[in-house]
Amino acid sequence: MADRQTLRDAPTPSPEDNPGYPRLTRPVEGRLVAGVAQGAAEQLRLDPVVLRLTFVLLTMANGLGAVAYAALWLFTPQREHEGPPPSRDWSQLAAFGAIAFALLAIGWLTGSPGSPNQSITAWPVAVAGIGALILWQQADPNRRQRWMRGASSGAGKNRVRTVLGMALVVIGAIGVLAAEGGLAQARNALLFTAVVVGGLILIATPWLAGLWKELRQERRERIRQEERAEMAAHVHDSVLHTLTLIQRNAHDSREVSRLARAQERELRNWLYQPKQDADATLAAAVRRVAAEEEDAHGVPIEVVCVGDRPLDPQLSAILQAARQAMVNAAKYSESPVVSVYAEAEPEEITIFVRDRGKGFDLDAVPADRMGIRQSIIGRMERHGGTARIRTEPGEGTEVMLTMKLETQ
Amino acid sequence: MSLVKVLIVDDHRLFRAGVRAELGNAVEVVGEAEDVESAVAEIARLQPDVVLLDVHMPGGGGQEVLRRVLGSGAQVRFLALSVSDAADDVIGVIRGGARGYVTKTISGRELADAIRRVAEGDAVFSPRLAGFVLDAFASTEAPPIDPELDSLTQREREVLRLIARGYAYKEIARELFISVKTVETHVSSVLRKLQLSNRHELSRWANARRLV
Repeated sequence: MADRQTLRDAPTPSPEDNPGYPRLTRPVEGRLVAGVAQGAAEQLRLDPVVLRLTFVLLTMANGLGAVAYAALWLFTPQREHEGPPPSRDWSQLAAFGAIAFALLAIGWLTGSPGSPNQSITAWPVAVAGIGALILWQQADPNRRQRWMRGASSGAGKNRVRTVLGMALVVIGAIGVLAAEGGLAQARNALLFTAVVVGGLILIATPWLAGLWKELRQERRERIRQEERAEMAAHVHDSVLHTLTLIQRNAHDSREVSRLARAQERELRNWLYQPKQDADATLAAAVRRVAAEEEDAHGVPIEVVCVGDRPLDPQLSAILQAARQAMVNAAKYSESPVVSVYAEAEPEEITIFVRDRGKGFDLDAVPADRMGIRQSIIGRMERHGGTARIRTEPGEGTEVMLTMKLETQ
Repeated sequence: MSLVKVLIVDDHRLFRAGVRAELGNAVEVVGEAEDVESAVAEIARLQPDVVLLDVHMPGGGGQEVLRRVLGSGAQVRFLALSVSDAADDVIGVIRGGARGYVTKTISGRELADAIRRVAEGDAVFSPRLAGFVLDAFASTEAPPIDPELDSLTQREREVLRLIARGYAYKEIARELFISVKTVETHVSSVLRKLQLSNRHELSRWANARRLV
């Protein structure tokens, strides 16, 4: 793991790595309902009981506590936890329930705190507050600091704009106050309200724009870092690993070339191949079979595929026969390389396996040698295909497999 | 016949040295170049018969060298030599004017043979390139615009198939009862179609499929 870390070597420490300010998460240990209060208390360094009481009180006042709790529950990720979830402290939960019930009873008896009027006026404020809260807890501490910094530096740089905006706000506010005298002056009031809003926009726009830009940039940066990390992980798991193995097997040239071939093939697939399932198409399956036999026997198998089609059970016989032909070529031919050519046409599939090895006399093969008679010729014929073998001592061998496709 | 003069263009020094050693005395290696700029300059200065061209290089790659040298009307011949398996790279250099494409795993003897062929004006297809070409011309979704250029004859198809199956030109000639010269004629004809065909599927296919 240590070397993977150095490989990644991110130029800026990512915010998640900052140990001092963890992002708000919901822990599983010590939770009563969903762990919101527990998590928030850890971050604010308060006793969770204080927060729990606050939630209960706010709920009793006008339902705000419950809404805030639900919102935080929704937007806060649960902290990862291994092992079985610990059981909740039901007695504590019961105590909070009792407090809530008592408060509700008092409220109902006196008729004051929970009255409908009050909650209606409080709602817009509550919604805005919850929104701000969510925004705040979604941000990690570094970003929060940058927000604050961005806001203050922006204000510093555009002093004229800020002053102008402030002035507009003040004028607007005076105007509203002055206009409040009579209904006749409602037009003026409206005008001045517009001025207030304009002023606020003037103040806030550069800050919001900067914020937006920064968020986008950060997202891009994160995507780049993720790609880089994936690349590093891949290089580590494959190439570096293989290089280590090669060094260790330096005395065994056959093993070294096998390792290098396997790595080359794997890297090529990763770089140039579309992400595909080896069991989904014929070409992919042929390549996979060739790769497996190449690994098993240490002889390079060059594959060329033309056309492709979805893999179905019909094709498994020709694939198995082709595999057997590759095994024979790799094991017995003494050829330095085996060529495989697979072509998928609309009505038929052909696969050729060719080596330039020593070849053999087909008629002299004993009847009990299963490889060719049974696994190749017999299998193809049983499944409605044909297999032809062309070989002569010293001339190499070519196995030609053909399978007509049943067209639906 | 005098030895073929060869210039090796590749950005890896070790690879150039390896190729030089493998070729031995079969051809005359007159020089080396490591990027697009020096390749263009050395080709003008040394007038080689054949340039062994790497596909991926700093400064625009093999395609840029082809564009600048062939664009100026020089008569030098190119053989692309690469580890790349991406179909668009391969088709790209061939359409850019290279007379053949072989992969870097080729043996020294085969490479010398390929260089001689290219020097004589023939085309050199590796099994992989033959597979690419068959695949590109096989897609028949759009009707050919120019029937002469946009499709392969039956014989050309047979020759390409045998190349893809790993046959040498001599073996193909024996297999099809034709002369080696006729095999070369077919391959050159395929090369011409590949370079001149406007069949939009060629480029579209090369970009979309990236098949090996």
